[in-house]
Amino acid sequence: MKPAAFTYHRARDVEGATRLLAELGDEAKVIAGGQSLVAMMNFRLARPGHLVDIGGLAGLAGLRTDSGGGLHIGALTTHHAVETAPADALGPGFAVLRDAMRWVGHLPIRTRGTVGGSLAHGDATAEWCLLAVLLDAELVAHGPDGERRIAAAEFFHGYYTTALEPDEILVEVVFPRPAPHAALTEFAERQGDFATVSAAVDLEPADGGGHFTAARVALGGVDAMPVRVPEAEDALVSGGAPGPELYARTAAVAAESVDPPSDGNGSAHYRRVLIRTLVARACEEAMAR
Amino acid sequence: MTDNAPEHTAQQRQLLSLDVNGETHELLTEPRRTLVDVLRHDLRLTGTHVGCEHGICGACTVLLDGAPVRACLMFAAQAEGKEIRTVESLADGTRLNDLQQAFSEHHGLQCGFCTPGFLMLAEGFLAERPEASKEEIREVVASNLCRCTGYQTIVEAIDDCAARRRAALRSRLEGTAHHNGDSRDSEDENTSETVPPGAACEEVPCGSTTRSR
Repeated sequence: MKPAAFTYHRARDVEGATRLLAELGDEAKVIAGGQSLVAMMNFRLARPGHLVDIGGLAGLAGLRTDSGGGLHIGALTTHHAVETAPADALGPGFAVLRDAMRWVGHLPIRTRGTVGGSLAHGDATAEWCLLAVLLDAELVAHGPDGERRIAAAEFFHGYYTTALEPDEILVEVVFPRPAPHAALTEFAERQGDFATVSAAVDLEPADGGGHFTAARVALGGVDAMPVRVPEAEDALVSGGAPGPELYARTAAVAAESVDPPSDGNGSAHYRRVLIRTLVARACEEAMAR
Repeated sequence: MTDNAPEHTAQQRQLLSLDVNGETHELLTEPRRTLVDVLRHDLRLTGTHVGCEHGICGACTVLLDGAPVRACLMFAAQAEGKEIRTVESLADGTRLNDLQQAFSEHHGLQCGFCTPGFLMLAEGFLAERPEASKEEIREVVASNLCRCTGYQTIVEAIDDCAARRRAALRSRLEGTAHHNGDSRDSEDENTSETVPPGAACEEVPCGSTTRSR
């Protein structure tokens, strides 16, 4: 279908964009890469009266590391830019981000779609949302009163709903610490589709590798937003030696600890079966780094 | 249109300047026109096809600053200031470019509806990854839908074109063509125009029943 009519505004800077958003109120939507929004507008699932295009804003794309070892990703950085980032821009600590990009749509989606756009869209199965929750990312929003930082754990409120105010623009996401033993994997009916279930883990093996000192497990596609699974994290830390047996036990715990929905992509039972496979696989991949 | 936004129902138009295939086009169009609709309806460049209009099928794939994008998933206004390339830019008059030639030789098309999208996808991908393996090509080909060929011939066409380009580049860099024992690479030193018909088919069963329809 064709989208409903709207007025197009091209932002010249972040301040101007937020001022305009404050003025236009609920009638306005921010567009960056548009890889979710334009599809929704073509279906007329979204009919904003005004679009504020921030795609051309300078300084909002790119990767940089800070002195504390954190990685800052500008909101307009495309998935493809992360996928093709030089090894020294990411380092082994953030290779998980690069490797996760192959799950984001297809190449022509990744060349346009942006990291900030994906986070602000808040799809329950989006890879960036899952990675942000897994790795305790902080999201930097710019509004009429300046910037504020929002922890990923507080950013996602439900299906396509986030802590962003209508007059705020996401400008950056910060991954605060390296995660050298992290991995994301997922299952979708066809390559490039939205995940039925996605699983991501971040593991911290003890020196010598005899056990895990800390572990994080997060799932997408099982709730209205990505969720951490503390029961599975406990299972990893208290479960002894790393290896296939521990990963299988952990994955079984994860499957029983969540209450996934039944819908056209799969029943709750089917999603639990996927969780049992994917969590174990993510652990294997994380430790293979 | 919703009642609370009557001002948008009017034929609000904006002036756009688009750089398409090296030519600058100025046009007056509604902001809601997607890039593919502007290409087809305003600029009459109907080589770019439109299928699903939600980014799934890839028939509308064009190059934006060299990168393959879905022309149905962006508004034309977003393409201002960028270099747009469509399938019309590939051939030189009636002479197909090497990628098109490879699609023809490998039977990488039947009805042809998806072909412009696959061509632009492959052009953009190979420009960035000239050394792409067949497996990488296969993964990228999964971006678009074809309902006739079953994809195998498309993968082979792109792989063959990539191999020929690499060989051509090598021989240019070396300043002289020479044989290195790899039969495909030695063929590849020819330009696509001089390869005899069927030469590219040596590695694939041209008469296989899967492509006979």
